[in-house]
Amino acid sequence: MAARGCGGVWRRARQCGAGLPGPGPGPFPCGQRAVACNKRGGAVPAGKSGVAPWIPVVGLEIHAQISSNSKLFSGSQVQFAAPPNSLVSFFDASLPGTLPVLNRRCVEAAVMTGLALNCSINKKSLFDRKHYFYADLPAGYQITQQRVPIAVNGSLSYSLCIDNKMSQMVTKTVRIKQIQLEQDSGKSLHDDTRCQTLVDLNRAGVGLMEVVMEPDMCCGEEAAAAVRELQLILQTLGSSQAVMAEGQLRVDANVSVHHPGEPYGVRTEVKNINSIRFLAKAVDYEIQRQIEELENGGTILNETRAFDSKLGCTVPMRDKEGKQDYRFMPEPNLPPLILYDTKSLPANMNHQQVINIDWIQERLPDLPSVKREKLVEQYGILPEHSFTLLNEDGLAEFFESVVKQTQMKPKKVIGWILNDLLSYLKQHSLTVKESPVSSFLLADLLNLLEKKEISSTAAKQVLAELWKGEGKTPLEIVKEQKLELLQDQKELEQICQAVIDGQENEVIMMVLG
Amino acid sequence: QKVSVEVLDHLEHLALVDFRDSEGVERLQKAIQFADQLHEVNTDGVEPMDSVLEDRWCLYLREDDVTEGNCTKELLENAREKVEEYFVAPPGNIPLPKLEERETFLQGS
Repeated sequence: MAARGCGGVWRRARQCGAGLPGPGPGPFPCGQRAVACNKRGGAVPAGKSGVAPWIPVVGLEIHAQISSNSKLFSGSQVQFAAPPNSLVSFFDASLPGTLPVLNRRCVEAAVMTGLALNCSINKKSLFDRKHYFYADLPAGYQITQQRVPIAVNGSLSYSLCIDNKMSQMVTKTVRIKQIQLEQDSGKSLHDDTRCQTLVDLNRAGVGLMEVVMEPDMCCGEEAAAAVRELQLILQTLGSSQAVMAEGQLRVDANVSVHHPGEPYGVRTEVKNINSIRFLAKAVDYEIQRQIEELENGGTILNETRAFDSKLGCTVPMRDKEGKQDYRFMPEPNLPPLILYDTKSLPANMNHQQVINIDWIQERLPDLPSVKREKLVEQYGILPEHSFTLLNEDGLAEFFESVVKQTQMKPKKVIGWILNDLLSYLKQHSLTVKESPVSSFLLADLLNLLEKKEISSTAAKQVLAELWKGEGKTPLEIVKEQKLELLQDQKELEQICQAVIDGQENEVIMMVLG
Repeated sequence: QKVSVEVLDHLEHLALVDFRDSEGVERLQKAIQFADQLHEVNTDGVEPMDSVLEDRWCLYLREDDVTEGNCTKELLENAREKVEEYFVAPPGNIPLPKLEERETFLQGS
């Protein structure tokens, strides 16, 4: 099978240990990569060491917690951080005699996500049991969709910048194999001192969408960019809040390497990745580890590894005994899930029991890619500008708000937003919502600049002062620091004359040429 | 065809059942033989059945309201051990002892 990928080819790189460089917190399109990934594709001649080039292959399994009030199959509340075992019903605790009842909202969330990712929605999908033993899975099985999931065969487009230059953005696509609905498990807290595990079932039964991405990616940066775009899409749809830090978005990476023209290598699964930044590091480390292992004559085990963020490396995971046999079987307590579209809508059914795919499609909000295009079209800004605007929560809205309140052209406003405001925010690790400078204040300042009442240097000074958040208006600061531009023609002439008088020789030299 | 020792061991690991002795294994083999009769039916072009009720069984969709939970005390009554409203479990899965070390495996077979 031909290697489908970005054509990225890796050489044996320098050691990447714990001190991997990286940008500040938050996702990034142009991060520093540990190892160069050749994006131009095509065969690359072997390096100095005479070793044939390697093609890394990266696939992702992403679990997104569905944003809903109650759980997938029960009426317990979905909430992060609540007293242990307080959000647990008898069904969630797997007490005998309880049955699953499917939450409509969860189905809608999965359909929305499937449509946004260009999937075919299966009008009939099935639920199955996946069996394994673990303390946080009280039933001994997870209800999932293994045979026929709710959505299949989609795609996700994301952007990367070549050579760390924002001006050269390239669009890549990753295929979405499928999206399935499944239950989340409870949480295990390991108490090593007392040699026991504490189990909290609050999370047990919360609805998840598992999004499976085909191995079309070739490095950490691509994986990170794809996940970032998925995160933005989910947040725009509202189907998941997708906050990685709260466990609402979990990513497992499947990594392998092979030589061009040869079959795919043995893959390892990397788990315990807690941020998009760590995802890129974990993937790059694992690729590197596999290359080194193979070049030293070793072999790669088909195993599960955990990413250790402190050490910046992957380690074999304990508690995974060989290959698991999940003994999949149909979930006998749930009939098939039937979805309709406008054509197939049954005439005499209760509306509440019917999910119409077309109805959901019509009400999908503008996806990030569309929003970016609209910003470029409406305001004449560059694509990389709109990329950054959407990448920071609330920044696009802030920008549009300023534009509304000022006469300054959007093309000029964007510079103030991206260069000045954003860098202040980053320096102080603040979100847009936490900005001491509101859109109103910034617009006020930009108006002074636009009316030529102050110079742009003065404007930067005023902004620095505004940043302190002492409640002063731009005009007040201008007056305080005497930053007004002189408008009086006569006064200007007098000053110029005085300067010239003091520099007679220089003026003569200038006039003579 | 007899069920091999490896398969029996594998099944005991997966399902944590204890076949215990030759009678248990015999019962398993009879059950497999019974199920194998399904192969005698020609199912070419026939979709697998999900339920005897077929199209008449619609999957009921529940509204997304919070209607359950907040019964920590009751749930913990079932726990043999608890720590501050957490269930207590061993540190990890306790693996089934290896074939050679198990006391009850295939006794008297």
